[in-house]
Amino acid sequence: MNEITITIDGRSVQTQEGEYILNAARANGIFIPAICYLTRCSPTLACRICLVEADGKQVYACNAKAKSGMDITTTTPNIEAERRAIMEVYDVNHPLECGVCDQSGECELQNYTLEVGVDSQTYSIKDTHKPAQDWGLIHYDPALCIMCERCITVCKDMIGDGALKTTARGSDAIEAEFKETMPKDAYAMWNKLNKSLIAPNAGDTLDCTNCGECTAVCPVGALVSSDYQYTSNAWEHKQIPATCAHCSAGCQLSYDIKHTSIENPDNKIYRVKNEWNYVSLCGAGRYGYDFENRDVTKTESAFEAAIEAFKKADTIAFTSTITNEEALILQQLKEKYGYRLINEEARTFKAFLDAYSEVSGKSLYGGDLKKVHGADFVVSIGSALKTDNPNARFAMNNALSMNKGAGLYFHPMNDPVIAEMSKNIAQLNHAPMMEEAALYLMLDLFGDKGAMPSDLVSYLAGFHSMKTVTVEETVDEKVTETVVKKVVNEETGVEEEITEEVTKTVKKKVSKEVEVDENGLFSLVNAPKGFVDTLAKYLAKKERFSLMVGPDLYTHPNARNCARLVALIEKYTAFDVTMIPNLANTLGVALICDLDKEAGSFTVGYNTKGDFTLSALGNGDLDMPALNQQEGTLTGIDKQVNPTNAALSYGGYVLNDIAKSLGLNNTFTIDYTPQLPLAAGFKNVEFDSLPNHFTNAGEEVRGYQLTVQATAISADESVSAVDTNGGITDQVVYLANPVLQFSPFTAASHQLQASGGIYVSKSLLASNGWNEGDMVNVKTVRGELSVKVILDGKIDGEIAYLPTFDTAINSEALFDGYRFACVSIQKV
Amino acid sequence: MHHEETFTDRNVSEQSAYYYVDIESYPTTGWDKFKQVVKRTFSGELFVGLWVVMREMIKFDIHTVQYPLEKLPIGPRYRAVHKLLRLWESGYERCIGCGLCEKICISDCIRMDTKIDENSRKEVTEYSINLGRCIFCGYCAEVCPELAIVHGDRYENGSEQRAHFVIKDDMLTPLDMLKAGQQSEYPGFGAIIPGSDAAVKKTPLAY
Repeated sequence: MNEITITIDGRSVQTQEGEYILNAARANGIFIPAICYLTRCSPTLACRICLVEADGKQVYACNAKAKSGMDITTTTPNIEAERRAIMEVYDVNHPLECGVCDQSGECELQNYTLEVGVDSQTYSIKDTHKPAQDWGLIHYDPALCIMCERCITVCKDMIGDGALKTTARGSDAIEAEFKETMPKDAYAMWNKLNKSLIAPNAGDTLDCTNCGECTAVCPVGALVSSDYQYTSNAWEHKQIPATCAHCSAGCQLSYDIKHTSIENPDNKIYRVKNEWNYVSLCGAGRYGYDFENRDVTKTESAFEAAIEAFKKADTIAFTSTITNEEALILQQLKEKYGYRLINEEARTFKAFLDAYSEVSGKSLYGGDLKKVHGADFVVSIGSALKTDNPNARFAMNNALSMNKGAGLYFHPMNDPVIAEMSKNIAQLNHAPMMEEAALYLMLDLFGDKGAMPSDLVSYLAGFHSMKTVTVEETVDEKVTETVVKKVVNEETGVEEEITEEVTKTVKKKVSKEVEVDENGLFSLVNAPKGFVDTLAKYLAKKERFSLMVGPDLYTHPNARNCARLVALIEKYTAFDVTMIPNLANTLGVALICDLDKEAGSFTVGYNTKGDFTLSALGNGDLDMPALNQQEGTLTGIDKQVNPTNAALSYGGYVLNDIAKSLGLNNTFTIDYTPQLPLAAGFKNVEFDSLPNHFTNAGEEVRGYQLTVQATAISADESVSAVDTNGGITDQVVYLANPVLQFSPFTAASHQLQASGGIYVSKSLLASNGWNEGDMVNVKTVRGELSVKVILDGKIDGEIAYLPTFDTAINSEALFDGYRFACVSIQKV
Repeated sequence: MHHEETFTDRNVSEQSAYYYVDIESYPTTGWDKFKQVVKRTFSGELFVGLWVVMREMIKFDIHTVQYPLEKLPIGPRYRAVHKLLRLWESGYERCIGCGLCEKICISDCIRMDTKIDENSRKEVTEYSINLGRCIFCGYCAEVCPELAIVHGDRYENGSEQRAHFVIKDDMLTPLDMLKAGQQSEYPGFGAIIPGSDAAVKKTPLAY
């Protein structure tokens, strides 16, 4: 990309070649009105209000690309007339007497109407009857809709559900006189608006992953949260900037708080908002916000019991839903009292990172989700992407749809959501345990064979064989036929027979024997027939490659080998590698804590069961604050330390109180922020000086980036071979959560309350003759569980999965580390 | 256009309407003060006042309002304790829960709880004005788009608790009173300005 200079309204502005004029203007603080355009998505051209004049020609700023030396004027009398007419049209049958609309003033229709200065109405059309529709978590009021289609755009270009479409409005035609009299673009915009409405693709109900991003981007109050509807006005809320507590994406969001009611002056979170131009939330982030530990008071006896327990204990077990500061407290307690710290999920991740570092010589992976957003070829290995880290899925989808990208998705479980993201994505549903084959395939396809270790090159060559295959080809063949024709002799008038030779071209199928290269790795990852051609098509003109690897690899019995392979991929291919940490702060915990494998005899559990349990879920021996009641930092997938703030008050004891009683001496938890280990890449920065915003140019200014440290590199780049017969072919069960759930905290929020079970696809349900709600006995070598059958319409294939969000179901006990386990499922 | 008021010299001068009042200077010495006390005590000014009272009493022409038996009518723009009104025809509450009164209230004493009701309308489940903080400025009535909250005519606020005036049910016109036609409209704060129809530009309608 070349840096170029353009002139906007006489100001000279630096931008990238090929950048849209609108984005260039926004990044430089120049205002161009725009309604339908979404940063990071494709221009919709529905509103036409972003008209500008570039080099004397009227263009739309949202889809006209900046060229060097371009001279742009944002307003001319003609453009002003168009804008005024456009806003008047939007105000037809949408009078701005907005008594009860949930947008309550945060309305772009109002803003632009006032900005443009509409004080009277010229146009009119008969209104149509458009009843409001309830789509579950989302409520659509077509009467308020201005058809900017931002919801459709974000759902397709960012989220990847493509769950919304336009449908016929059934309106009268616009009066002919308007066509003559009104400005051209305004008429075109009205003509389009007048024909359409928003509707779900699946008929009457919305069939999607319920991220609610459509409600976030809606400029008016047409798409709103059903739960929030009519409960409050936007201006009553105080917005608490925070980091989402549910997964490792670490999305920035704000908790909107207000007093609960007239009776109860305590604050309550009413909704979650996001900077939708720069960050997209999933449904768990948007709807799973009220997981706070309520009505907690300081119970001295419980606190004393906790201190006693800590004095007695030799082990602290915890989950990664804690802040970096709390992780540091635990680590310092370990250093002082020799506790063993048990967090299996973070420990496996750390072991994976360490094994990766041995080969790569870097403490952290090189990629992040921003790079995925910018890539044009994205590969995911070892992660149920849509539920492990929805934002990674959004990034992949965004890359596929915006950068004309293509992608590969390696996972045993078939995911229709992934399949629907793009035509240019191939799902390779390999057998469990075949993740290494996928990694080898990456090296084979993309590795720089000249630079790679010779062992590896010859090992990869071993998978290739020349094979003679019979190919059917269509060949043009010339056939000469003798045709007898009856012709009337013109002279005599008598019919005569004439013989004529005619040459025809006939398509003929020919079998041909061809020598082709057969890649044995393709069959190991269950690549479909003709995958070689598909891949060649996908890879045409691709420049920016991204690989995401997930938790299936960290828990893999050969995790160490997988990590080394990942490091080799990063080293010898053009791919950036991003690792998806399992939980909100897995990366932070892995970097800060020195974790142990074996627990001792007496365990204090923090958010997990122990002999003495500290719990933010309110079900332990001593209450702890949940992540929306704490300030501190979380380390996200982008290797970024993100600050989060306390949205709600908390009356009980916090971990730091225990630490203080045990002899650590920081007054507040955030006093630990500048003490986070520099050796692990953290910085010496006070919590209160951490920034948390996006700039107009879309740059994320939040917390700080971890420093990637150089680590001792061993010359040994050897990797062990993949066990080609190791793929599990028996029935397996997977350890994953359904859409909208991550942990007991998501399930504790009132909109996402759910009880778990075994999640099966429609086909598995049918082939076993089960019904939804049946109780089944799920048995692995490690144990058995009795759970109910739940249909998950967002998976396909024969693999069922067990969740971790429901504390009533101890799914982990059935698994031996690895996320897949052989299983027998019997109906009871 | 910038408007500039013409300057009027209001300083005291020979020409102006203002003048210095001729006030005797205060006594400074003890003796002078003593003389002033004696002079005032024996001048009989007290009896002048007593005479006025007796003269008026004998006339039996009393101007005093016999409160609480008698009450003066209050001006339409008087701002007494708030009332919530109902729609005359349907009996529904006029309040739509827009929250503008809550927002505009400069002493931040109005709060409301709203929810979506079974008819998909915004329902105000509870409404409260903290009269301990209310300064009766009238902004709430003025901003109300539905003429729902008004300043009523109830200025007698004697009660054991201020809370007795601020519960929604106490402010809202009871249905039986509405049916009996006893809800009154207030021409004061928040009411439509006479002739405002003429000031509105009509929106074209395609019907």
